[in-house]
Amino acid sequence: MAVPALVIDHVTKRFGAFTALDDVSFSLEQGEFFALLGPNGAGKTTLISCMAGLTQPDGGSVTVMGHRVATDYRAARMALGVVPQELVFDPFFTVRESLVFQSGYFGLKRNDAWIDEILDKLGLTSKAHANMRTLSGGMKRRVMVAQALVHRPPVIVLDEPTAGVDVALRQSLWAFIRELNQAGHTIVLTTHYLEEAETLCNRIALLKSGRVIALEDKTTLLQRGGKTREVALRLAAGASLPPDLAAWQLGTVDSEGWLRVLLPDIAQLDTVFAALRQAQLTVQDFSMRDTDLEQVFVQMMHQETPSV
Amino acid sequence: MMTHGFTTLFKKEILRFWKVSFQTVAAPVLTALLYLLVFSHALAGRVEVYAGVGYTAFLIPGLVMMAMLQNAFANTSSSLIQSKITGNIVFLLLSPLSHTEFFLAYVLAAVVRGLVVGAGVFAVTLWFTLPPLVHPLWVLVFAFLGSAILGTLGLVAGIWADKFDQLAAFQNFIILPLTFLSGVFYSLHTLPPFWQALSHFNPIFYMIDGFRYGFFGQSDVPPLTSLAVVGGVFVLLSAFTLHLLRTGYKLRH
Repeated sequence: MAVPALVIDHVTKRFGAFTALDDVSFSLEQGEFFALLGPNGAGKTTLISCMAGLTQPDGGSVTVMGHRVATDYRAARMALGVVPQELVFDPFFTVRESLVFQSGYFGLKRNDAWIDEILDKLGLTSKAHANMRTLSGGMKRRVMVAQALVHRPPVIVLDEPTAGVDVALRQSLWAFIRELNQAGHTIVLTTHYLEEAETLCNRIALLKSGRVIALEDKTTLLQRGGKTREVALRLAAGASLPPDLAAWQLGTVDSEGWLRVLLPDIAQLDTVFAALRQAQLTVQDFSMRDTDLEQVFVQMMHQETPSV
Repeated sequence: MMTHGFTTLFKKEILRFWKVSFQTVAAPVLTALLYLLVFSHALAGRVEVYAGVGYTAFLIPGLVMMAMLQNAFANTSSSLIQSKITGNIVFLLLSPLSHTEFFLAYVLAAVVRGLVVGAGVFAVTLWFTLPPLVHPLWVLVFAFLGSAILGTLGLVAGIWADKFDQLAAFQNFIILPLTFLSGVFYSLHTLPPFWQALSHFNPIFYMIDGFRYGFFGQSDVPPLTSLAVVGGVFVLLSAFTLHLLRTGYKLRH
């Protein structure tokens, strides 16, 4: 059996009286595309820092590709590529110099072919000789991704890699990351764009106040929201809800005339339309969507959930 | 073992100061030249520190060493604090570089900057006078050790400081007084007994005195004493700095 890509074993981290990580445990198989989600302050970045050896846990251990981060740090760091959340760069150097240096820190001497390839894949070829200071925020973000990939790590951690970047970069970045995942790289992603996590990841962990409150494959997690569908009906401006529907507690009409209702059973839609017809209200527009990760996320963050 | 990671970081640190060499090399050379202009014109012919050695010639090794020490300190301290404050230190911390490689790369790059600035200062002072070079090996040994000590001290300051003003305080309230009160501009024997005794606790005094011995074959204390003190300080300071790096003090949380 292949060694797990990542093992988080009862990791606890405190900053003074504040517990950033509270006995967090999970593991990732090689080749997974894994999302680590949670609100601001949930402990995602602290956990990533523990994986990278930037933060030393107060308890527990982290193992990357079978190498303990605390004791076998060289092998563990060789196996890990991290895109930090903060936009950081060295203003003294060009894009290519930054990548050549990063490659050198990992002991790689002749890495030009791979550097050229990642420059190309991330749309940085034309900026290769530009000073880092002169790049836009999105371009700097691309260079950070390139720096994380320069030593071809089997485990890649992306801490909000698409924060503040344009649609074109997001698409090219995800295409490249998918390609790496298909080639066998394990990907750990944190993001506040939950649709990205839903589209890309196979397994999801939800972190809240330093504890893992859900750790499941995507399909199972989405089923936690039940088969509820959100139906939006646009009524005439100024319409008020018929008493029959108000009694059903289906929500209120907003200022633009939209009435949003959550239907546990789609068959109930008939009843809603019938009540609206009876109240002589005309439906001007209509849309419906299945339960998505955002709904599950909001639902779980607002309820008391024990850690798993 | 010299790894490719170490040589990469060493080259990067050299390239970093070389890219702004007008500020990191040319400016300190000009400063030293101004010191020499002012002091040599004011004091030449009035002061003879060593028999047969004019004040201008006496001053040159001191100014060369002072420039080397200050620039070696500035190289490591400014590089590290900038990396910490801008956050790009993370790229080094994520790499598999050991704390020893990290230490050696930073300190040796500081030595290179010290030697380059020192050579520059020495070159421009030749316009005034050519001091003798009685023991060139001693000159090189003290130039290397002095730069290495101040480079290491810069590393400590860069690790410790969280803000630029903390680093400036370290530089202005520790390094600068130690450098100025180390015999750059005078011989220890010209001081009152109290200040003479106090100077023996200043390691920079031994760096300058040993360095000057290499030029004139004369010194305030025996050169082997200076070598022992300077070597000992380097070993102790290096051990302390390596401990800070190994434990991740203020670098890894």
